[in-house]
Amino acid sequence: MNRLSWFNTVSLTLGFAFLYIPMIILIVFSFNESKLVTVWAGFSTRWYGELMQNQAFLSAAWVTLKVAVFSSTIATVLGTMAAYVLVRGGRFMGRTLFSGMIYAPLVMPEVITGLSLLLLFIGIGLDRGVLTIVLAHTTFSMCYVSVVVSSRLVTFDRSLEEAALDLGCSPIQAFGLVTLPIIAPAVISGWLLAFTLSLDDLVIASFTSGPSSTTLPIKIFSAVRLGVSPEINALSTIMIGIVTVGVITASLVTKRASIRQRREEQEAARA
Amino acid sequence: MPETVFAPWSDPDARPLIRFQNVTKRFGDFTAIHDLTLDIFEREFFALLGPSGCGKTTLMRMLAGFETPTSGRIELAGKDIVPVPPNKRAVNMMFQSYALFPHLSVWDNIAFGLRRDNMAKDAIDRRVDEMLKLTRLGRFARRKPHQISGGQRQRVALARSLAKAPKLLLLDEPLGALDAKLRQDTQFELMDIQEKTGTTFVIVTHDQEEAMTVASRIAVMDQGEVIQIATPDKIYEEPESVYVADFIGDVNLIEGRASAHGEGRFRIDWAEGQQPLIAASRLEFAAGQQCHLAIRPEKIAISAERPSDADNAVQGRVHDIAYLGNLSTYHVELPTGAIVKAQTANTRRISRRDFTWEDPVWLSWTATAGVLLAN
Ligand SMILES: Nc1ncnc2c1ncn2[C@@H]1O[C@H](COP(=O)(O)OP(=O)(O)OP(=O)(O)O)[C@@H](O)[C@H]1O
Ligand SMILES: [Mg+2]
Repeated sequence: MNRLSWFNTVSLTLGFAFLYIPMIILIVFSFNESKLVTVWAGFSTRWYGELMQNQAFLSAAWVTLKVAVFSSTIATVLGTMAAYVLVRGGRFMGRTLFSGMIYAPLVMPEVITGLSLLLLFIGIGLDRGVLTIVLAHTTFSMCYVSVVVSSRLVTFDRSLEEAALDLGCSPIQAFGLVTLPIIAPAVISGWLLAFTLSLDDLVIASFTSGPSSTTLPIKIFSAVRLGVSPEINALSTIMIGIVTVGVITASLVTKRASIRQRREEQEAARA
Repeated sequence: MPETVFAPWSDPDARPLIRFQNVTKRFGDFTAIHDLTLDIFEREFFALLGPSGCGKTTLMRMLAGFETPTSGRIELAGKDIVPVPPNKRAVNMMFQSYALFPHLSVWDNIAFGLRRDNMAKDAIDRRVDEMLKLTRLGRFARRKPHQISGGQRQRVALARSLAKAPKLLLLDEPLGALDAKLRQDTQFELMDIQEKTGTTFVIVTHDQEEAMTVASRIAVMDQGEVIQIATPDKIYEEPESVYVADFIGDVNLIEGRASAHGEGRFRIDWAEGQQPLIAASRLEFAAGQQCHLAIRPEKIAISAERPSDADNAVQGRVHDIAYLGNLSTYHVELPTGAIVKAQTANTRRISRRDFTWEDPVWLSWTATAGVLLAN
């Protein structure tokens, strides 16, 4: 293995320090005995215990999870359908307009999206709560899903679908039996993207949430305004842990799959 | 084996399985198929031959139902199939790219179409096993398409399209990816399968030798039109146009002016100071009409002395020799500067060859050896 030159070593260290030092500080202080965030008073898991007793945080976490699961699932279905029609629908009236419009929420300032959704919900008299957050998150994460899925569909060999039709599938069967299994990785990563987007959204959620339905980011944000508490450090550490485990699992799964495929190919070549 | 002649196309009472009637297909303002009329009969092995972009794939895709003709009618067994979607047609297609489903095993790929017909489980098992045996893929049934070789993939594609026992099987350049030896084996395999199953095959190919080998009839196409449809020997021996003569095989084309020369014979004046050529033809040519004499290299004899009884003889000089193993092609330069190719079988070892470069030689052929074509 080559040794890195001193320049590379320095830039690597600086870059990673920049990325991870804030998080490391947060994790370290979540195990702080003292109530003061900036003074180290010995190791303790006290704040984790207290977090478990905090009903407000727990119910916010539950709301967040519900919203993330529902909105990312709906967004995945709608986003995949939109991508399919835009890539495969051939030329129809207003196609260019549609494909441009579906990406608009990507560049729209979140404040504006949140505000306009708020106005809509007030206009149609929908009480703000879990449902409105789900709808709002679906709206903005759908276009991310559709971007991910359509980039996969563009390279998808059309003749596979034609072969399915040729062998007696209806167009819907062809989609379900051939297209969907093949583009599944893109659909899943679209879902994961929508899930994370929903999990950490603050702006849109604060416009569309009601008093009974606070999400975790809103809760943390409002708690921090009263001063950073070690409890919040503990909560954030748990979230970092969950995300880390998720990312590592996902990469292990894909790595395992690629190793298996390579091995199978080698066996096939030998046979 | 008693030889029964299979020629439904010459039987006026025979009903075609497929009938294209004045079919035109346009993409935007580009005409891919122009006013095409064509009959294909049951149990035929019908080959479409033509240069790239002449509309062969488009024709197939219209049969499979992936393209709708802009105008005209396509009949399958007497019924108009233009409004029928691809999944409701008794037609299967083997794709040029094979289009195997990458997420399914070889076995499941072959069973795919059968499952769509709600066939009983054990009937599917039997049918798939039959197909695996036919295409000799039994050992690979559990593999995924990316785990088998190109030639094996091609056989899976064939098995998959045959499994449903379609009335009509469309093969779009099915053997393009195979090496010469495997290609030849597979050609015979295809013919064998066709005979066993009685399916009607339509095959697209770039390879004219392949078309000659497998086809009962060949359609030569150019720019969206059918130029000639005939049996392989007719296409080769009796092309109806310079285009077909030139497209299929090697040919010498000698341009000249025809004039009558006895019963069914014509005299062709082809160069200043050269003896006119004599050719038989069933067609009529007006005196002085421009024409081409098309003559295959293997029908021209090469000799050192002028043959006394030949209808046609010209003298030249050996310009080049192409050694093909079993055959040699002599490129002979005539005094007019034209090159005429003559082919002989190498029945002797190469060291005993009669002629070599720059040798003066005589080329001769009979009046019936060539075909006289109007421009
Ligand atoms: N969807 C399409 N849109 C526009 N033009 C098309 C389309 N499909 C085919 N064409 C044109 O129609 C013509 C015939 O195409 P086709 O694919 O039938 O050719 P081919 O005879 O199969 O050629 P090759 O031997 O190269 O496969 C081509 O000039 C092609 O560019
Ligand atoms: Mg083609």
